[in-house]
Amino acid sequence: MTTPRAFAELPALIARMTGDEKHSAAANSTMDVLWVLYDRVLDVSPDRLDDPDRDRFYLSKGHGPMAFYAVLAAKGFLDESVVDDWTAFDSPLGQHPDRVLVPGAEISSGSLGHGLPLAVGTVLGLRAQGRTGVRVVVLVGDAELDEGSNHEAVALAGRLGLDQLTVVAVNNFSGTHGWPGGIADRFTVEGWAGRTVDGRDHEDLYAAFTTPHPGRPLVVEALIGLEGSE
Amino acid sequence: MREVFANTVTAAMDTDPRIAVVLAEISRDAFAPAARRHPDRVINVGIREQLMVSVGGGLALAGMRPVVHTYGPFLVERPFEQIKLDLGHQDVGALLVSIGGSYDDPVWGRTHQVPGDVALFDTLPGWTVHSPGHPAELPALLEPALAGDDLVYLRLSTRANARPYAEGPGFTTLRRGRRGVVLAVGTTADAVLAATEGQDVTVLYAATVRPFDGAGLRAAVEQLDRPDVVLVEPYLRGTSALPVADALRRQPHRLLSLGVSRDSEVRAYGTPEQHDVVHGLDAGGIAKAVREFLG
Repeated sequence: MTTPRAFAELPALIARMTGDEKHSAAANSTMDVLWVLYDRVLDVSPDRLDDPDRDRFYLSKGHGPMAFYAVLAAKGFLDESVVDDWTAFDSPLGQHPDRVLVPGAEISSGSLGHGLPLAVGTVLGLRAQGRTGVRVVVLVGDAELDEGSNHEAVALAGRLGLDQLTVVAVNNFSGTHGWPGGIADRFTVEGWAGRTVDGRDHEDLYAAFTTPHPGRPLVVEALIGLEGSE
Repeated sequence: MREVFANTVTAAMDTDPRIAVVLAEISRDAFAPAARRHPDRVINVGIREQLMVSVGGGLALAGMRPVVHTYGPFLVERPFEQIKLDLGHQDVGALLVSIGGSYDDPVWGRTHQVPGDVALFDTLPGWTVHSPGHPAELPALLEPALAGDDLVYLRLSTRANARPYAEGPGFTTLRRGRRGVVLAVGTTADAVLAATEGQDVTVLYAATVRPFDGAGLRAAVEQLDRPDVVLVEPYLRGTSALPVADALRRQPHRLLSLGVSRDSEVRAYGTPEQHDVVHGLDAGGIAKAVREFLG
C-alpha cells in the first residue's frame, strides 16, 4: 500500500492524471477543501471502510475528480499506481467516481444534484440507528446548486435540524446565473448554520468545519478565486 | 391493497429495525400508527419526490431497508433519474410501492396515470416487479421484499379481482386448453377469465412479472396444438413482449399483446371501466381480440 503523502505532494499526483505539470494544482478548486477534510476533520481511514460508525464524505460534484483521487491515494485508500492509467477500460478511476470501483468513495456521482439528497437519507438512517455522532459531509459546486433537487434537500434538512449534516459548497463562481448575495444565505434562511471562508485557507476551513452548530445542519461556503488564493 | 400494504409494513417494522418508510404526503394517514410507534423510521419529506427517492438511497447506504411510496407518476416518472442513479447505480436496494395503477382514478386525468411504469423499470437492470391482482396476494410479495436488500417495485391498484389467484412466485394455471395460452397479469385476470369462458385456451396468471417466468410459459405452450400466446397486461401494451420472445426464442410462435394503448392520450375522465373499454381491456374487448387472433 502507498506511503501517506503530504499536501505538497498532491499536485504531482494530480499531474499524473492530467498530464499538466504547470496548471493542475491551482486549477483544482476542491483540493484544499478535500485535504482539510481527510487530513483533519473526517473520522475515516482505509482500514474502516465498512465501519458503520465512520464519518461519510459524499463527493456530489463528481466532475473533475482528480483532486479527490489524489487525496484518497495520499491517505492510503487507493494504491497510488492506479492514478497512472485512470480512465482506461479496466481502471477503477473514471472521469466520474463509481463507489463500487473506488475504495473510499462513498457514493457514485457525476450527474449533479444527487449527493445532498442522498446525504439527507443517510443522516436519517444513522439517526434511526442511534448513530448520532457520525458526520456526513457533502461537497457541492456553486453551479451544481442550479439543480432543484438540492433545494428539496436544503429545505427538509433545515426543518428537521439534521446537525450531523455538513455541506461544503465550493464557490468558484462558475454558474451562468450566479447566486447574488452568496450561497450560504440560501441555506441559512432554511434553518442552517452558515459560514463563508476562503476555500484555500486551511485554518479557516478547519475552524468552519469544527466549530459546533447544535441543532442545525451546517453549510460552509468555500470561496475560490479570491485575490491571492489562486 | 393500500391498507394491506400499510398494515403489513407496519407490523414488520415492529420486529425489523432496518425498515424505514419514506412518504411524500400521500398515504401519511395510513402510516400514522407506524409513525407514532417509530417516529425516526417514517419520514414524510413533503411534496418532494426527487428527494423522496434519494432519501431512500441514502437510507440504504446507511444500512436501512427503505420502503418508498407515493402515487405512481410521482414515484416512477418524475424522479426516474433518482431511481436509476440513487438506487441501482449506488449498488443499494429499495422497495418502491406505487398506488393508482395505470388509470385507477381517471377523473384526475393524464397527470395521475402511469401506464409506462413497468416499461420504464425494464430499462434498468436488477428489478423485481410485482403487479398483484388482489390484496390477499400482498403479504407473500411483501414479506420477502421487506426482509431482503434488493430492488423491488410493487404496483398497487385500488381495483382487484374477485379473489386472489397467485399460488407462488411463478405463473399460476387458472384454466387448461389446447388452442392457445392467455397470460393475464394482475388486475386483468377476471376480465380474461370472463373473456375466455368456453374457449379452449390455457389461462395463466401472473402477480410477479419480473423476473418473468419464461419456463412456466414454455411449459404451458408445450401442451398446445399451436404455439399462440396472448399477453394481457394492465399497463402499457406489449411491455412483456420481449421476455415472451426470449422465453420462446427456440420455437416459431405467434404473440398478441393487449394492454394500455400506446397510440394516443385518452383525454377523457369517467370511470376506470370506461377506460378499459377504450383500451380493449374489458371482457368484451379481450374476447373479440382473442377470437380474431386464434381464428
